[in-house]
Amino acid sequence: MDVTGKIIGRGAEAILYLNDNGVLVKNRIKKNYRIEEIDTILRRLRTRHEARILTRAKRVGVNTPSVIDVREYEIFMEFIDGKLLKEVLNSTNSSKRREFAREIGKMIGKLHSAGIIHGDLTTSNMILKDDKIYFIDFGLALHSTSVEDRAVDLYLLHQAYQSTHFRYVKELWRNTEKGYMETFKDWDVVLKRIEQISKRGRYAKR
Amino acid sequence: MICLGIESTAHTFGIGIVSDKGEILANARDTYKPKLGFGIIPQEAKQHHEMVKEDVLQRALSEAGIRLDEIDLISFSQGPGLPPCLWTGLEFAKKLSKENKKPLIGVNHPIGHIEIGRLTTGARDPVILYVSGGNTQVIAFASGRYRVFGETEDMAIGNALDTFARRVGLPHPGGPEIERLAKRGKYIKLPYVVKGMDLSFSGIITAAEKLFKSGEKLEDICFSLQETCFSMLTEITERAMAHTGKDEVLLAGGVAANKRLTEMLNTMCKDREAKFYSVPMEYSGDNGAMIAWAGILAYKSGQRTKEFKPLSRWRIDEVDIKWM
Ligand SMILES: Nc1ncnc2c1ncn2[C@@H]1O[C@H](COP(=O)(O)OP(=O)(O)O)[C@@H](O)[C@H]1O
Ligand SMILES: Nc1ncnc2c1ncn2[C@@H]1O[C@H](COP(=O)(O)OP(=O)(O)O)[C@@H](O)[C@H]1O
Ligand SMILES: [Mg+2]
Repeated sequence: MDVTGKIIGRGAEAILYLNDNGVLVKNRIKKNYRIEEIDTILRRLRTRHEARILTRAKRVGVNTPSVIDVREYEIFMEFIDGKLLKEVLNSTNSSKRREFAREIGKMIGKLHSAGIIHGDLTTSNMILKDDKIYFIDFGLALHSTSVEDRAVDLYLLHQAYQSTHFRYVKELWRNTEKGYMETFKDWDVVLKRIEQISKRGRYAKR
Repeated sequence: MICLGIESTAHTFGIGIVSDKGEILANARDTYKPKLGFGIIPQEAKQHHEMVKEDVLQRALSEAGIRLDEIDLISFSQGPGLPPCLWTGLEFAKKLSKENKKPLIGVNHPIGHIEIGRLTTGARDPVILYVSGGNTQVIAFASGRYRVFGETEDMAIGNALDTFARRVGLPHPGGPEIERLAKRGKYIKLPYVVKGMDLSFSGIITAAEKLFKSGEKLEDICFSLQETCFSMLTEITERAMAHTGKDEVLLAGGVAANKRLTEMLNTMCKDREAKFYSVPMEYSGDNGAMIAWAGILAYKSGQRTKEFKPLSRWRIDEVDIKWM
């Protein structure tokens, strides 16, 4: 790997650095724990998907970094110079928090309306800059219009609220639902399905 | 303070004896084995537990070299688990508590796994991968509670391996058999299903079964099954580490016996400059010592059980952790 710039982050899959032109490079690094056959397929697929879906999401009105270039395992994209939502959501005031939650719901509704599933909705994958929320990390994203996929997408976010913003789960969730209803017309079946999903793995012993 | 802990959520009836200094004085158990080709039958498991409970108690006491009246506290696994099995443990604990006039406390089973893991490995504040016959969860401590960051959306990994094994005619439990066969296998493509910090196994098991029916070598399928499922588990563990910013991993539950899973997590941790801990074999599956130790922690931090009835769906994040 040829990392010349300043490393600004390390996620679960990638190392991120700024190159000399101020462009952010997301490099999906090799995972030594996985066998080569699985690892290369996943990294290639996810890189390609992520670049493509980042751009599509932007086109349907969701804030995402602009993609500049794509290689086999690397995406060159706009650097969003803000803060991770995870870091600010708990300490922000209540009316702002509700506003953010609703904005998140709206953006998810736009994605779902366009047949896009984000696949890893957590507040580690959202950046706040100038009061605007950006979605990043579309590595697990997919194209789908199924109720199940949409419900799981939202369910993961609910889980993230529960584990990371537990004090505000209700208020966050209510406003996320509200935003989602504004931008996605089939919201009712999806929200109903979430209830079923939460009964499956989580509590069941067998 | 010495605590006697009773485990009976599923297959295993176990009694452990632990002191408040963290010395494990005894860890006796007896595990119900379903008939070849079958999964656990709750009523049969219960009958098993009823049959062995006195014997397990005697073994625990003689292993620890103490008498019942030297015990200060009785704890039992209150849930989650199979209700008939939970009842056996609860009633037995109640009886011992009454006869010996000792306080009684109910323990959340997964917390037992985590705490015995921290005690025996020295992990401080890890991301916990808890993998057993009935559970697959990624857990971490955050503001006063153990919280679930990721989990299976359908079946548990142990159950998935056991189910596949059963369908292709391997003995129960399937996990160790699959591990043995996988040593000689090559990779065949299987679906890889990770959704954020969640995952799902049922599609993979179905696909693996199809491969078997189409005549692929069992060794190759076992190898691919392990590589796929364990990569997924390692991936969501790493994702939880990135999300929480923690730099320790603790592997717990019966599937922790698997060498390949351990190796993968170890490699991942090395690459992240994190520490990897695996609960020693003796304490990784269901056992009584973990319930005794968690009982001590809960009791000493002032926790008291309000209602003595099984909580078959008791979630780990419903319990305040005052001792962290
Ligand atoms: N376009 C971007 N602008 C600014 N920071 C970013 C950008 N993309 C990623 N990051 C930072 O890098 C971290 C990891 O990136 P992410 O795409 O989520 O990688 P991973 O797939 O490894 O989780 C993010 O949490 C964020 O802090
Ligand atoms: N070496 C191994 N590899 C994979 N799985 C294993 C191995 N040893 C045991 N297991 C699995 O562990 C499970 C039992 O673990 P345990 O913690 O006792 O769970 P439970 O009480 O929930 O059934 C079984 O599903 C078994 O197949
Ligand atoms: Mg990320």
